[in-house]
Amino acid sequence: MPAKNFASTRYSSLDQITTDNVKQLQLAWSFSTGVLRGHEAAPLVVGSTMYVVTPYPNLLYALDLSRPGAPLKWTYDPSPVLASQGVACCDLVNRGAAYWNGKIYYNTLDAHTVAVDSRSGKEVWKTKVGDINRGESITMAPLVVKGKVLVGNSGGEFGIRGWLTALDGESGKLAWRAYTTGPDKDVLIGPRFKPFYAQDRGKDLGVSTWPGDAWKIGGGGVWGWISYDPELDLIYYGTANPGPWNPDVRPGDNKFTAAMFARDPDTGEAIWTYQWSPHDLYDHDGVNELVLLDLPIDGQVRKVLVRPERNGYMYVLDRATGEVLSADPYGFITTSTGIDLKTGRPIAVPDKAPQTGKVVRGICPAAPGTKDWQPSSYSPRTKLLYVPHQNLCQDMEGTEANYIAGTPYVAAMVKMYAGPGGHRGELTAWDPVARKAVWKIKERFPVWSGTVVTAGDVVFYGTMEGWFKALDARTGKELWRFKTGSGIIGQPVVYRAPDGKQYVAVLSGVGGWAGAVVAGGLDIRDSSAALGFVNAMKDLPQATTKGGMLYAFALP
Amino acid sequence: MRLRFRRRADRRTGGLALALLLAAVASALSACEREERNFRGIPRAASTGMPPVRQTELQPGPPVRNAPAYGPYQENAYGVSQGKTLYNQFNCSGCHFQGGGGIGPPLMDADWIYGSRPENVFESITEGRPNGMPSYGGKIVNDQVWQLVAYVRSMSGLLRKDVAPGRSDDMQVRPQEQSTDKAKPVQSAIPKSAELP
Ligand code: HEC
Repeated sequence: MPAKNFASTRYSSLDQITTDNVKQLQLAWSFSTGVLRGHEAAPLVVGSTMYVVTPYPNLLYALDLSRPGAPLKWTYDPSPVLASQGVACCDLVNRGAAYWNGKIYYNTLDAHTVAVDSRSGKEVWKTKVGDINRGESITMAPLVVKGKVLVGNSGGEFGIRGWLTALDGESGKLAWRAYTTGPDKDVLIGPRFKPFYAQDRGKDLGVSTWPGDAWKIGGGGVWGWISYDPELDLIYYGTANPGPWNPDVRPGDNKFTAAMFARDPDTGEAIWTYQWSPHDLYDHDGVNELVLLDLPIDGQVRKVLVRPERNGYMYVLDRATGEVLSADPYGFITTSTGIDLKTGRPIAVPDKAPQTGKVVRGICPAAPGTKDWQPSSYSPRTKLLYVPHQNLCQDMEGTEANYIAGTPYVAAMVKMYAGPGGHRGELTAWDPVARKAVWKIKERFPVWSGTVVTAGDVVFYGTMEGWFKALDARTGKELWRFKTGSGIIGQPVVYRAPDGKQYVAVLSGVGGWAGAVVAGGLDIRDSSAALGFVNAMKDLPQATTKGGMLYAFALP
Repeated sequence: MRLRFRRRADRRTGGLALALLLAAVASALSACEREERNFRGIPRAASTGMPPVRQTELQPGPPVRNAPAYGPYQENAYGVSQGKTLYNQFNCSGCHFQGGGGIGPPLMDADWIYGSRPENVFESITEGRPNGMPSYGGKIVNDQVWQLVAYVRSMSGLLRKDVAPGRSDDMQVRPQEQSTDKAKPVQSAIPKSAELP
C-alpha cells in the first residue's frame, strides 16, 4: 500500500542510509513512463518487483528489481475511456496501487477498479464502479482490508454524490457501498452509530442538512486516504467538499461532506463521524491522511489519529470515540479563529464568508487548504510528523449555479496567491504531543510531494522545480539534493532490493492541481484558470517542464 | 443536423434561463426529427448546405481553397455578449475558465487543436472532442451555438475590437476580450491525444 502500513505512517525501518552517509546517495537507475501528466503515485514494491501506475491513461508497469537497471517485465493497459479526461477536476493524476493475495489493485480515471495478476500482468477482473456521465472519476489509491478492496469516487466539482465502496478482492463484486450524503440507510448509519458530538446525531442528517434534493448532487467524494486499526477493527477515511463551491445554494451543515467516518470494514456500518468543516465555504475537502498513533496525552497513552486538515488545523482525535483532543493551527488562517473543543466546530470569521456576486479577499488558507492530498510521514524515533504543505490565500466570488450532469458544478471564481512571507510551500516537522512545529522549511512552490522518513533519521521529499531532497529528521538541515527532469509531486518510497541494498525511489513529472499550468499548458493571463490555482503558479512554466520519470537512488 | 435525443434527466438547481433553453432545444429537436427522416442517407454537408469542414491542410488531389470564413454573429456585438452569458450558463467556464483553461485547453491563446474557423469551433461544441470535450449537439439550439462560437473566437482577439465584450459582471480575472491582442491561430503541435505513449 502506498502509505507503507495500515497506520499510514510512511516510516521505513531501513537504516543503511543515514544522516552521515546520505550525501553519497547516487542515481542507481531510472525509467521513463512515457506519460506527461502529473505523477502523484507511490511506486509499490512487492518481493523483487516494482509496480508503477501512471496518470491517465493509467498504465501499470512491472519492473524487475532482481536484474541490473530494473528492466520492464510487462505493461498492463486498462484503456480508460478518453472522455474521462473531461471529468477530472485537477489534472489526470493517479495516487497508486495496493497489493493483496497475488494481485495488484488500482483505479482508473474512468471510474473502474482493476485487479491484475502480480506475476503475469493479466487482468483478473475489472469492475465499473462509477459513471463519467454523472461526473464521477477515480484518482485515489485503494486500500485492501480483510480481503475487501476499498475504493472511493472523485468529482466534488461535478455535482457527484460521494461514496466509499468495498469490492470483494477475489471476484471484484460489490460488497457494500456507503454514501456520504442521503438517508441513513444509504450512509450505512444504524444502531452501532455513536458520534461524539450532539450535532452529528439524529435521523437522516444526510438529507435534512441540505435544501431539497441538493444532497443528491452535493459532492463529498472519497478521493483521499484510508487507514485501518486492526485492534479496533475500524477503517478511517475522510469525505470531500460539498458542491457547488458557492455556499449560498446549499444552506445547512451539508452532512456528511468535509467530514470523516470510522466504519466496520466487513459491513461498512458507520461507527462514528466527525465533520471538520460543517457547511464548508472554501472547498476544504476533508480527505487528507489520517495517521494512527498511540500517544501519551495528559499522562495517559491514548489511541489517537492525527490529521493535518485542509482548514489549517492539526487535529488529534481519539480514534475509538471521535472526540477532538486538540486542534492547533499549523499554517496561516484568517477564516476561523480556532476549534471549539466543546462542540468540535470551527469558530468562523463571518467577514471571510464568500457570497454570490461579491468578491471576498484575503481568504487563508485558499481552496487547496494549508495542506492538500500530499501525505505526511511519522517517525517513532523522532516522534515528529513531517508535513508537506502550502502557504496560499485567495479571493473568491460566488457565481450562478447551473447543474448539468457531466459538466462542472462549482459556481465560484477564485484567484489564489502566496500567503504571508511570499513563499508558497512549507515542510513542517510537527510534534503532536507538544502540539507545536519543531522546525519548518520554506519552499518557493507548494510542496506537492509526499514525504517519507527512515530509521536512518532521514526525511525525503521533492519540490515542484524538480529537486529531490534529503533532510536531517531532527533538525531539518538539508543533507543532499538531486535535480530530476521535471517537478516532483509524487510519493517517495524506501525499500530493500534483492541485492540487499536500501533504495529510495520517487516519480518525477509535474502536474496535479498545483502543476496544472504546466501539465495542461494553461494560459497564465487568466487568473481564474484551473480553479484559480494558475494565478499562484504563473512562474512555474519557467521553472520546470513536464515528463514522467522514475528515479531510484542508493549508496555506492 | 444529426439527431441525438438521449438526454438524461438533467437535474439542476437554479438557472431558470437554462430551463428555458432546454425547452427550446426540445422543440427544435422535434422539428429536426421529421427532417432527419426525409434526408436519411444524404451526407451531412449536403443536407445543411455547408462546405466541408476540414481539420487539415492536406487534401488528396488538387487542393480546393477553403471558402471564406463564415458564421453568424462574428460581427455582431449583441450576439457575442449573448455568447458570453451562455458560456457561463452552459458551464463551459467550469472546464475552460475565462479562457485560460483547466480541464479543457485554453481558448484565449493562439493554439487550436481542432481549428479556429467558426465552422471548426461550431463542430468542437456540437460534436464534442475525444479527450474530454462534451458533445453539446442537440442540447443547445444552433443559433446559440453560433453565439458561443463568436464569443469563443473573441477570447483570443479573433473578432473586431468593437464587437468583443469590453466588460465583465464578475471579478476581474483576465484582460477584457476587447483589449486582447489578436492571436494568430496556429495548429497545436501536441494535441492532448498525442501525449499518450
Ligand atoms: C467537461 C469539461 C468541458 C466542458 C464543460 C466544455 N469543454 Fe470544451 N473542451 C474540453 C476538453 C477536455 C477539450 C479538449 C478535447 C480534446 O483535446 O480532444 C475541449 C475542447 C474545446 C474546444 C476546441 C479547442 C481547440 O483547441 O481546438 C473548444 C472550441 C471548446 N472546447 C469550447 C467549449 C465551449 C464553448 C463549451 C461550452 C458550451 C465547452 N467547451 C465546454 C472540456 C470541456
